[in-house]
Amino acid sequence: MSLLEAIRSALSAIGANALRSALTMLGIIIGVAAVIAMVAIGSGARERVDSQIKSLGANLAIIQAGNVTQGGVRLGAGASSTLTDEDAKAVAAEVEDVVASASVITTRAQAVYAGTNWSTTITATDLDFFTAREWGLAEGRLFEPEELRRGEIVAIIGQTVAKNLFGESDPLGQMFRIRNVPFKVIGVMAGKGQSALGQDQDDVIFVPLDTGRRRIIGRNYARDRSVQTIMVKFASEAAIAPGIEQTRALLRQRHRLVEDQDDDFIVRNLTEIANTATAAASTLSWLLAAVAGVSLLVGGIGIMNIMLVSVTERTREIGLRLAVGARQRDVLSQFLIEATTLATIGGAVGIALGIGAATGIARFAGWPFVISPQTILVAVGVSGLIGVFFGFYPARQAARLDPIEALRRE
Amino acid sequence: MPLIEVRDLSRVYDLDSGRVTALGGVSLDIEAGELVAVMGPSGSGKSTFMNLVGCLDRPTGGHYRLDDVAVETLSSDGLAALRNRKLGFVFQQFNLLPRVDACANVELPMVYAGLDGKTRRERALNALARVGLADRAHHRPMQLSGGQQQRVAIARALVNQPRLLLADEPTGALDSRTALEILALFQDLNREGVTVVLVTHDAEVARHARRVVRFRDGHVIADTRQEPADARAALAAQDTATPLPEAAE
Ligand SMILES: Nc1ncnc2c1ncn2[C@@H]1O[C@H](COP(=O)(O)OP(=O)(O)OP(=O)(O)O)[C@@H](O)[C@H]1O
Ligand SMILES: [Mg+2]
Repeated sequence: MSLLEAIRSALSAIGANALRSALTMLGIIIGVAAVIAMVAIGSGARERVDSQIKSLGANLAIIQAGNVTQGGVRLGAGASSTLTDEDAKAVAAEVEDVVASASVITTRAQAVYAGTNWSTTITATDLDFFTAREWGLAEGRLFEPEELRRGEIVAIIGQTVAKNLFGESDPLGQMFRIRNVPFKVIGVMAGKGQSALGQDQDDVIFVPLDTGRRRIIGRNYARDRSVQTIMVKFASEAAIAPGIEQTRALLRQRHRLVEDQDDDFIVRNLTEIANTATAAASTLSWLLAAVAGVSLLVGGIGIMNIMLVSVTERTREIGLRLAVGARQRDVLSQFLIEATTLATIGGAVGIALGIGAATGIARFAGWPFVISPQTILVAVGVSGLIGVFFGFYPARQAARLDPIEALRRE
Repeated sequence: MPLIEVRDLSRVYDLDSGRVTALGGVSLDIEAGELVAVMGPSGSGKSTFMNLVGCLDRPTGGHYRLDDVAVETLSSDGLAALRNRKLGFVFQQFNLLPRVDACANVELPMVYAGLDGKTRRERALNALARVGLADRAHHRPMQLSGGQQQRVAIARALVNQPRLLLADEPTGALDSRTALEILALFQDLNREGVTVVLVTHDAEVARHARRVVRFRDGHVIADTRQEPADARAALAAQDTATPLPEAAE
């Protein structure tokens, strides 16, 4: 008997007890669905973290000004400006394994070019920023040290700004205005796409730190050296934690904070934050793994049980098959194929259900939905193996039947 | 050389309640081409004998050669092959698979002979035609009368062209008219060269065999030959208004 015929006759045996078969499959269905959902959610969350880390740059810590107590009221991060670009330089100089330490001030403003205007994010910063973010140019150049020092009115624009402000024409060397100040475009950044939170990272204009303070925000940079954030890039992931400790100590000393005073800044390890985002996903994954494991076990036992019932019910049929020339292995494979078919159908239904559930959860949680063909293949394989494993004992019982006793059985 | 050569064959069951000797040393030869009726009271060992001859059971003593093969030397796969190629069984309870049609039932022995689907179908339909059921090939057992079901079972037994047909009370579940039809079929097959051994309680049935072997308490007590009655002639005489399905050549 060809395999195809064997499967067809297994299907007809399964179909003869459709309801019973469906109930038997339930365990496998739920188990496989849970496996699929688990893998999809797990890899979706991991993908999100990976893309987050990738788009931010690896091994980053961010220092934000804040947590200052004013008249007993604790203000949130960034509420006051205790950080300065001198702090940033000190971190670069004194903390070990620091690759870059960028000062950053961000604001929103309108950019105008030949009657077109575009509201965008203005980031005033220094060269360390581009190192920290691992972000390169598409064309043009970065700021010259001299331009940074003198606060010249030059700008590097993101892809989105280039498209919306300059259209098809080449933005390099063009002049545009921010708050009536004419800026010259010296560079266009490479496209970086959306951040993990869905922000368009290319919708940005970079200007030298002091230019931003003086011309756009309107501060006297000679007196006010404050920055909103300092972005620190470390040489390796292992260097982040000790680096952050050193940074804290350094900044406390620089800010003259005494023993019992709280920090007036907050240091965040971005890699760690990204990783904690996976914690929830991984909890869910473990839950699903537990459900999957239990369901698959119960499903497998269900299949074993129903196959034992089936062998008992069809004892005479087995006896007859043996009488007309079936070998033990023919009977064994018949029942194994039946169990495997049952399990595989359950697996297929489970996959459909799992994809549905994973899509729902991914949409709800805002994760990318990741499901690979390998996952599906593995799920089908696992359900088939469950059929073989749990079907083996009943099938062997069937194959070992004595033909006479089997034929005589009522 | 006889087709069946049985020497001192015994089958003893070891039960908790003691030993039961179902067959106590039977010696018997059956030549190819014979039609033998096995008779005897209930419990006399007829079925036990048939099961041993049919290679469904192994003896506890003695020797059995089928078509010059010492059966006790064969493995379980070897026995399966023997049952598949050389033997055909017909049971009192028909033993058809209820879920599939007559044709698929007849195909079953060929499935285990490893024949492809097309050949199987062809031969199954031929065998069904042979027993007068060409028009019932796609009926399920449930949709057939007892006599028709037994004829499907006979077609199944014949389909691998066995040397030996073993029937354990094949007419036990049928009325006398239908029984006669089945006997006519056996006689036809026997005339064509198939060796037939059938077990029966019914002296009327045994009348149609050329040789009658009687069992009692696991032993052969009589082995007689007779001029057999012709089942087809009896049928024709009995009722000319409803003609029998003719056996096709
Ligand atoms: N599996 C078994 N275990 C124990 N004893 C058995 C078994 N099968 C048969 N016997 C015994 O062997 C003896 C012969 O049984 P067998 O079935 O051969 O009789 P039979 O001649 O076919 O009777 P019947 O005409 O009623 O079918 C009986 O006494 C029976 O009880
Ligand atoms: Mg009997």
